[in-house]
Amino acid sequence: MAKRIETLGLSCHYGSHKAVEDVTMTIEPKTVTALIGPSGCGKSTFLRSLNRLHEVVPGASVTGEVLLDGHDIYGADVDPVALRRVVGMVFQRPNPFPTMSIFDNVAAGLRLAGAKGKGMADVVERSLRGAHLWDEVKDRLKKPATALSGGQQQRLCIARAIAVEPEVLLMDEPCSSLDPISTLAIEDLMAELKDRYTIVIVTHNMQQASRVSEMTGFFTLAGAGQPGVLVEYAETSKVFSRPDDKRTEDYITGRVG
Amino acid sequence: MTAVTARAAPAASGIEKIRGRRAIVNRFATVTMWLAFLAAVIPLGAVIWYTVGRGIARFSYRFLTHSMAGVGPLDAGGGIYHAILGTVEQVLLASAISVPLGLLVAIYLNEYGGKRLTTGVRLLIDVMTGIPSIVAGLFVLAFWVLGLHKGFSGLAAAIALAILMLPVVTRSSEEMLALVPNTLREAAYALGISKWRVIVSVVLPAASTGITTGVMLAVARVTGETAPLLMTAFGSNFIHANPFAGPQESLPLYVFAQAGNAFQVNVDRAWAAAMTLILIVVLFYVVARLLTRRDSFNRR
Repeated sequence: MAKRIETLGLSCHYGSHKAVEDVTMTIEPKTVTALIGPSGCGKSTFLRSLNRLHEVVPGASVTGEVLLDGHDIYGADVDPVALRRVVGMVFQRPNPFPTMSIFDNVAAGLRLAGAKGKGMADVVERSLRGAHLWDEVKDRLKKPATALSGGQQQRLCIARAIAVEPEVLLMDEPCSSLDPISTLAIEDLMAELKDRYTIVIVTHNMQQASRVSEMTGFFTLAGAGQPGVLVEYAETSKVFSRPDDKRTEDYITGRVG
Repeated sequence: MTAVTARAAPAASGIEKIRGRRAIVNRFATVTMWLAFLAAVIPLGAVIWYTVGRGIARFSYRFLTHSMAGVGPLDAGGGIYHAILGTVEQVLLASAISVPLGLLVAIYLNEYGGKRLTTGVRLLIDVMTGIPSIVAGLFVLAFWVLGLHKGFSGLAAAIALAILMLPVVTRSSEEMLALVPNTLREAAYALGISKWRVIVSVVLPAASTGITTGVMLAVARVTGETAPLLMTAFGSNFIHANPFAGPQESLPLYVFAQAGNAFQVNVDRAWAAAMTLILIVVLFYVVARLLTRRDSFNRR
């Protein structure tokens, strides 16, 4: 049930500042697409515009189109709340709900959207197994989520995101605050999840991008205060071995930070 | 056995303990800090020491469970049951009015409000914080007691107290809501949860401890208010449980009336009632803290 995302001339603004300019790309279903680029190039902003979380920031706006299986998600008939149930997200820093138990965190998406308790235990177990966390937490589901380690918290956040059964999963530098072992666990997880979801991951780690993704998009900006642009978008193997653009080559070979 | 070789003292490298002028300034700052701490704690300790020391003489079960009905001016008997009843009812009513209202205003200001309206509302709330308590009492006297012919009552007192509580509750709740990290809201939005659900189930629980503290500060402030009660609850010597009609006693009014008399029996009663007032505020605080404690994990 994974869905295809197309953006057409998408620009993102914060007030009068343009953060991302004119991005047109097609993200294929059941693949992992990596977005790389220097800090401030707008790749996170672009990601957040794909589930309309960008507009939660006061003053933020978007021009252009984002099509989810051909349906414009910025259309007047779209409810952003319903959209976000279809396009889930995992954030840079693990952000479990601090007042809730492990169980309640995973169940939160369904419960707070109005689902009743029947069968919730199954959903929670399935999601935690899907996030490779079940064996570590099955004996302490009622304990606070904040008692988990950083890597466990991030996998809990993934379990929480897949519990609502989205069709697209956006990941904004999901491993940047984790140790290499937790990172590996999450990369393995992505490889499994792509059988069912469309995955878009923003990462600063180029090895990670080359390990996990089929497609890679390179964003950059001309200078401070300039909007970020999509420079190159192609198969990951091509971007990392024979990039078309000089800027991409400079970035991946480490000549430009 | 290894020979102990004397090492030459290394040259100054910037990691030695501070000496000279800086050490003196450091010591001076430390002492000043301790003195400031003592200056803050001594009055608090003295108030409690004085009140308990003088109030304990008259404090008894009988004192807590009897009113002043039929107690003559020189009689040593009598009690504060009617005053406790009045104070508890008035403060609970005032909280029932001001806490929901203040919380809703705070949620509006922090989660929904547009910039211009928010600034205006904040200004009004700050002005409201500055209302002298006797003015709140006069207002209720003119508007409610006399204007609407409602007469003296516990409710009239509660309205005056609610006017005093509202700005404190609103501003402290607003600040606590602002402290809830945005990443938490975004995490909830990203799960496809509607805005009001995010506020009710994620933001408010995260801020509940701080909000409770703010509410309790407001409660503690109004529990000891006397001036507005003179014109609204009016005071009474009799047990009057209905807060919606008829004059009602309260602890501050009781202390005020008793302490104004010349006889020792009156002064003793005033101290014992003052001590009870402190105990009630502490009790309110403990109960509120227990109610919002995050032990839901262990209970289920």
